[in-house]
Amino acid sequence: MSISAGEVRHVAELARMALSDHEVEELSAQLSRILDHMETLRELPTDDVEPTAHVLPIRNVWRQDTVGESLPPDAALANAPERRGNYFLVPKIVER
Amino acid sequence: MRYEMVVGLEVHIELSTESKMFCDCSAKFGGEANTHVCPVCLGMPGVLPVPNKKAIDYAMRASLALNCQIAPFTKFDRKNYHYPDMPKDYQISQYDKPIGSNGYVVIRTDKGDRRIGIRRLHMEEDTGKSLHEGVAAGSLLDFNRAGVPLIEIVSEPDIRTAEEARLYLQKIRTIMLYTGVSDVKMEEGSMRCDANISLRPEGSSEFGTLVEIKNMNSFRSVQRALEYEAARQQSVLESGGRIVRETRHWDEGRGVTFSSRSKEEAHDYRYFPDPDLVPLEINQEWVDEVRRALPELPDQRFRRYVEEYNLPAYDARVLVEDLALAGFFDEAVAAGANPKAASNWIMVDLQGLLKGEGKSISEVKIKPSHLTQLIDLIEKATISGKIAKDVLVEVCFTGKDPESVVKEKGLVQITDESALIKAAEEVLAANPGPVEDYRKGKKNAIGFLVGQLMKATRGKANPGLANDILRKLLDGSV
Ligand SMILES: [Zn+2]
Repeated sequence: MSISAGEVRHVAELARMALSDHEVEELSAQLSRILDHMETLRELPTDDVEPTAHVLPIRNVWRQDTVGESLPPDAALANAPERRGNYFLVPKIVER
Repeated sequence: MRYEMVVGLEVHIELSTESKMFCDCSAKFGGEANTHVCPVCLGMPGVLPVPNKKAIDYAMRASLALNCQIAPFTKFDRKNYHYPDMPKDYQISQYDKPIGSNGYVVIRTDKGDRRIGIRRLHMEEDTGKSLHEGVAAGSLLDFNRAGVPLIEIVSEPDIRTAEEARLYLQKIRTIMLYTGVSDVKMEEGSMRCDANISLRPEGSSEFGTLVEIKNMNSFRSVQRALEYEAARQQSVLESGGRIVRETRHWDEGRGVTFSSRSKEEAHDYRYFPDPDLVPLEINQEWVDEVRRALPELPDQRFRRYVEEYNLPAYDARVLVEDLALAGFFDEAVAAGANPKAASNWIMVDLQGLLKGEGKSISEVKIKPSHLTQLIDLIEKATISGKIAKDVLVEVCFTGKDPESVVKEKGLVQITDESALIKAAEEVLAANPGPVEDYRKGKKNAIGFLVGQLMKATRGKANPGLANDILRKLLDGSV
């Protein structure tokens, strides 16, 4: 099972990562090895195993609909690269 | 060749919970920027989202109201994409196990009832808001809406005209209002709609290439956008071109859709189950509990009005589509009003007054019991129907009960024959022309004379009595 340089570039773009040609080469080899390992796992007979959505055998965890305390704006904005008043300021967003 | 449009709609509705979907920040609309935020809805690392039970109940209630089946096993998934108004870089949504599926709504078109399928209804969280206009330095972000619970309702591609699309949206909106899960205000963004549209030759069962339309902010703009887009696709097809699968935006001002040519076109959301959230198991008992709490829905109310109260279908529909008006009607009937009379007064006079004032029923002072009393006063012949119209206006503006208004203004109807005869004689003396017409055989000349007598008594004469007296005087039988 091998993963192509093109697939690595596509996934990198989805993740907003800039990769050098060298990194693409390195990662495609590493990711291929991971997929190979998955191929090994795939050999296990799992026909009788229910697909799972979660590793914990827990269901139905929730909270009641009550309002608690939110962060003070200065704390909320403490990590903002830049702020304008109570807003986060980010580079201009191009229309979606 | 004649083409028909094939349309499916995706409707997002914000649920009216007190707190957000996965944290206890307030979900209230408005508020100063970034004051309803916490580490969970800001997407800080290491936090643990916990779902809001009420939002789950609301999603179930909405599903049942749309005739959907409730999934016995459901879960939350991460939808991965990058956009600055979504701080986690993924949106918590539901992928392959939506909470509701296989439902439908019925819409009434010119060609009769049409059933529009609901493919699925799933839960997700809203994103933040970005502001671009008037900011030179960049874009501003406010995360107050990030994490507010949403449901997305996806229809089957069953819609065939722009008008049907509008009717479908109105129906969804009315049903949601009845269930109380949302205030469904398009102008505040608590109801939003995207459309998928393709064309095919009429009679064909194949599907054409799909175009998605976004940014439609009212029912009317949905209808206009679909009409525009169908015409655009038709002209492309007729000139031998091919439709490109893409997302287009509706420009309300110019009345056109335009291609957004975004590089993000290749949607690759890489959904996977959210490891922070455990699955939900919904047993029959829980479903039954939510079903029992369902209020009367628009279709049921419509049938009640038509079958129990014998209201005309049109009147029943107008009342049903306005939750406040229907509630007002029900209360007036519960207080003893004749349903048909109550409906007539609401449909004609009250609606007319509200339209003229640009107000809703809750913004005027009349109460349902006032209408019941007003109808009672007419039935007991205390006031005429004509006077009642003036009383209604007075009640709407002052909030005084009709009986007091009638007493204060001396509007009690003249039902005493002797009191009317003198006025009737004066009317006859003042109008020799019509009197002569009547006596020569133009019997309908009496209508004018009745009008004059009503005017002379400032509307207080009982119209039937006025007619009788004039006739007797003219025929010389008094
Ligand atoms: Zn929060």
